[in-house]
Amino acid sequence: MKLNRNNVMLGLHYLILIVLVFVFIFPLLWMLLSSFKSERTMMTDLYSGFKAFLPTEVSLDNYKEVFSRMNFGKYLFNSIFVSGMTVGIGLIINSMAGYAFARLDFPGKDIIFAVIVSLVIIPFQSIVLPLFLVVKDLGMLDSYGALIIPFIANAFSIFMFRQFFLNIPKEVEEAAQIDGCGFLRTFFQVIVPMSKPVFATATILNFTGVWNQFLWPLVATTDPKFSTIQIGIQEFFTQQPVYYSQIMAALTIASLPMLILFVSLQKYFINGMGGMGK
Amino acid sequence: MNLVKKVENKFGDIFNINSAKDTREAIGGLAFVAPAVILLAVFIIFPAIMSFYYSLTDFYILTPDKTSFVGLDNYKYLFSEEIFYQALKNTIYFVLVVVPVQVGAALLLAVLINSKRIKGVKFFRTIFYSPVVLSMVVVSILWAILYNPNDGLLNSLLVALGLPKQPFLSSPKQAMNSIIAMSVWQGVGYQMVIFLAGLQDIPESLYEAAEIDGANIWQKFRHITLPGLYNVTVFVLLVTSIAAFGIFVQPYVMTQGGPDGATKTLIMMFFEEGFQLREIGTSSAIVVIYFVMVLTVSILQRKFAKDKQDSVI
Repeated sequence: MKLNRNNVMLGLHYLILIVLVFVFIFPLLWMLLSSFKSERTMMTDLYSGFKAFLPTEVSLDNYKEVFSRMNFGKYLFNSIFVSGMTVGIGLIINSMAGYAFARLDFPGKDIIFAVIVSLVIIPFQSIVLPLFLVVKDLGMLDSYGALIIPFIANAFSIFMFRQFFLNIPKEVEEAAQIDGCGFLRTFFQVIVPMSKPVFATATILNFTGVWNQFLWPLVATTDPKFSTIQIGIQEFFTQQPVYYSQIMAALTIASLPMLILFVSLQKYFINGMGGMGK
Repeated sequence: MNLVKKVENKFGDIFNINSAKDTREAIGGLAFVAPAVILLAVFIIFPAIMSFYYSLTDFYILTPDKTSFVGLDNYKYLFSEEIFYQALKNTIYFVLVVVPVQVGAALLLAVLINSKRIKGVKFFRTIFYSPVVLSMVVVSILWAILYNPNDGLLNSLLVALGLPKQPFLSSPKQAMNSIIAMSVWQGVGYQMVIFLAGLQDIPESLYEAAEIDGANIWQKFRHITLPGLYNVTVFVLLVTSIAAFGIFVQPYVMTQGGPDGATKTLIMMFFEEGFQLREIGTSSAIVVIYFVMVLTVSILQRKFAKDKQDSVI
């Protein structure tokens, strides 16, 4: 390779990027590696400079401790159950609403849609307290219902579904109707199968959103039976004795599902986000 | 015409339903949206309205029957309290620092990755975006340990480089900035991806024409890239600001608003007031003030966002 200006600039460019990569992953790398080390190893490695970033020990003890000492299996199950249910039911309800706004004509359609769109900018913090009171009055506090039901309907998802369905050629539905399909059949048997991208994006966005929730599970549930993983790890941090290596294991368990989902389905995460700038 | 037919026609005129097919469609449409609309009305719209209402009362949750309408008293109370001003100041400081830093860093990263001569764009994009999918709780705990004044990784790295240990979260001066640094780390990937999409939209031909005219990197950036990203930048600034105003998890998990209230934010104060002190009235007032700030920023964005046709080309 010639040592000309272009190549030096290119080398510098890559160098900067590599340094940045390290800046971005060093906390996660440390978290992962420390989760496999005993407390003593983790602490001594800390002070020998870069041994903190080397797998000097690989053992699953911390993970075993996390599941046995804290009710981590329960927390994990709760998160999976709550996220899964919210997203699963939500996909049906939000996509149907999105389809109606895209394709069906009914009284009040424009007003209702305008209201729904305006809900998107309402930050959760501004409704959490009255929402808490509503859920309390409905007798739902400390239940799976409290964690699932308020978040099934999602304004942004409805918006996304409508956008997508608007772009489906009308001939598709016309063909279905000629074959005698009513609205329900047309929707579920014709439209849905050809809408995989938007369903995938909605699933990813909503699953991540519910999985990572903290403020709501914090106030809606006090019984540890219903604690999600985010509540669980936070308690872990405050319970004596505090073993940092165990906390690292707990953090890894809490993040792994999202990271795996993200790396394998990147396209949908990023399309869901990137499209919002327009 | 008999009366029934007259009513039917009127009905048809108002609702644009003039045939059996139209009626079927109207019923179908309403049925399709009903579940979502009911859920949104009960769990979002109603609470949103109630926040405003409660802020005008002295509702104390343990004595719900003694609630009365107090007008703007809650707001007057807040604006006369030192702790409210501190929370407001901390929050505004956070927003004023985090937004330019995070948006600037996101733009920089997007431009660095988007270069044609760099291979492995997807790899870099994945790395920079990955903290975004983590929950703020995980990030806060991880960084609280990183920042530990005695046993934290950051301090051990500083010591290895011959630099003095820093107090980070245990110092009123460094605490908020430490939270800011962590928040930028977690969130910048999100804005970066939006910028990347915006960069793709700028026609390659503009850059080629500029190169023919002899423009250098900085000139190309200033006269093609930046104007082309105008709307995207306004949007990104808006989204980042709105999220920043509502900061809660980081101080709650890492510092509980300390040390000495240095990291107590508006929403942290709201949380204490509403869920610990159980004063629904004053806490709702806090949240209304927060919402007004968010709304103001949104309206400013609408004013600044130019029509696509006006920009660059």
